[in-house]
Amino acid sequence: MRNITAQAATAAAVAAGSDVAVEVRGVCKMYNEVEALRGIDLDFPAGKLTTLLGPSGCGKTTLLKIIAGLIPATSGEIRVNGQTVTGPGPERAFVFQDFALMPWATVMRNVAFGLELKGMGKDERQSIARKYIAEVGLSGFENKYPHELSGGMRQRVGLARAFAVNADVLLLDEPFSAVDEQNRRKFQEDLLELVEKEKKTFIFVTHSIEEAVYCSDRIVILSRRPGRIAQIIEPEIDRTASPDAIRRDQGYLDTVEEIWQGLKRYVD
Amino acid sequence: MSFPVQANGSSRAVPTSEASFFWRKLSEHRTALWRLASIGLFFLVWEIAGRIPISYAFPTFLETLRAFVTMTLDGSFVAAYAETLQPLVIGIAISAFIGIGLGIVMGLSRFAEWLVAPVFIVLQAAPMAALIPLITFVYGIGLVSKTLAVIMLALPVIVLNGYKAVRNANPSLVAMCYSFQGNLWQRITKIIIPDASPVIFAGLRLGLAAGFIGVILAELLITPTGIGDLITYHRSVANYAEMYAAVVSIILVSTLTLAALEAFELRVLRPEKRKS
Repeated sequence: MRNITAQAATAAAVAAGSDVAVEVRGVCKMYNEVEALRGIDLDFPAGKLTTLLGPSGCGKTTLLKIIAGLIPATSGEIRVNGQTVTGPGPERAFVFQDFALMPWATVMRNVAFGLELKGMGKDERQSIARKYIAEVGLSGFENKYPHELSGGMRQRVGLARAFAVNADVLLLDEPFSAVDEQNRRKFQEDLLELVEKEKKTFIFVTHSIEEAVYCSDRIVILSRRPGRIAQIIEPEIDRTASPDAIRRDQGYLDTVEEIWQGLKRYVD
Repeated sequence: MSFPVQANGSSRAVPTSEASFFWRKLSEHRTALWRLASIGLFFLVWEIAGRIPISYAFPTFLETLRAFVTMTLDGSFVAAYAETLQPLVIGIAISAFIGIGLGIVMGLSRFAEWLVAPVFIVLQAAPMAALIPLITFVYGIGLVSKTLAVIMLALPVIVLNGYKAVRNANPSLVAMCYSFQGNLWQRITKIIIPDASPVIFAGLRLGLAAGFIGVILAELLITPTGIGDLITYHRSVANYAEMYAAVVSIILVSTLTLAALEAFELRVLRPEKRKS
């Protein structure tokens, strides 16, 4: 585990190099009179999974949506692969907390929807969608409707849809919060395999410390409103071990404990 | 009326008998059975009330049924509906087209909402029957007046439902479409309209029901034609069974049309509801 203090965070976060996928520069966000984010400077390394963690209302989802281009920042800018973000783009794909699946469309059409919007032909987009449906473990469910699936399966559809558009950066907004505990564990394990396999940059918002430590290469902890970077932690956990071994690993448990000690003061 | 349920319960003890198979089949269609029983009960009460009789002008169910069959066979219903359905179909088609279009525009634009919504809110609250003499005054007693009567009754509810449905389209799905770079047209056609379609169709069903009221009002108040003529004529010559048969026929036609519209909606717009 590597702990980078808040003061040194900026220096570490703005480490130069071509392996930076997303750069956040001086981002502030005001909702009318409420200051949600203040002066966020952050780099997200390419090909890694970075988690935004913090107490509820710290603006972590707001920051993710600003990166996605779904809501504008009040000041500051976001660059993805060096390009300034002005709205949603093909190099980013979003996974929604409430899944955002079209209830009137089958799993197949939902997964292929990003490609459908781009105007890709039906056969082509369905063959791509079929590949990712298989990758998230939903083969055989292509013609089911979302209401016929469990919460975990619905979010797998949301994930497959984000994979299908072949974006470099995947933005996941509390993807497991509406999934029950047992499915969540299995899903986290599968997600790590997919991170390994897809070689994409993942930005992940969660309020679960265990989830953050288990999944992330790097954890950015935000303070309570107005959201600022409080701490950056790199768990450096050996991911070649089995999921169960990781969950018993002393480094894993220490990291969870340390983050909890840091966050405790924000909880009423 | 709980007989089939009890019989089904006892049949479990002797599952091989032929009677148990019959009851099991029946209990599979239990809701349909209850609906039929409810209608049957209503007819029974009607028959009893007609036989008391509560009024000289109130025919029994069987007399009405006989009149209904006669009028169906001698073609008077066919001729009447050929006339009644003209203003209804034209009026509903215009109302659906304008209503859904306006509703969507109002749902998408605050300015259009501000401009148009108050008119329809007032229209929906206004007692339309009182306005029909005014239409007659301006447009005479022809097809135009009757079509206008249908539109005046059907349009407000279609517009207001469409507008509410579009305004309340699931924001998460809209954001999803936006995040996958869907343009405005795709957002409207692929997300907002399918998402709003149950409420839009509820508006269409209400509009159609209101349209039936409009066309009957027009035929009773403007000039007696079609089914309105049948009702007026048989009342004037005291053929009460025939008059009731005409009233029942309009209820039947309107119910069947509404059910057909609902079936169409499930089939075309929301396949997932049909499957479940």
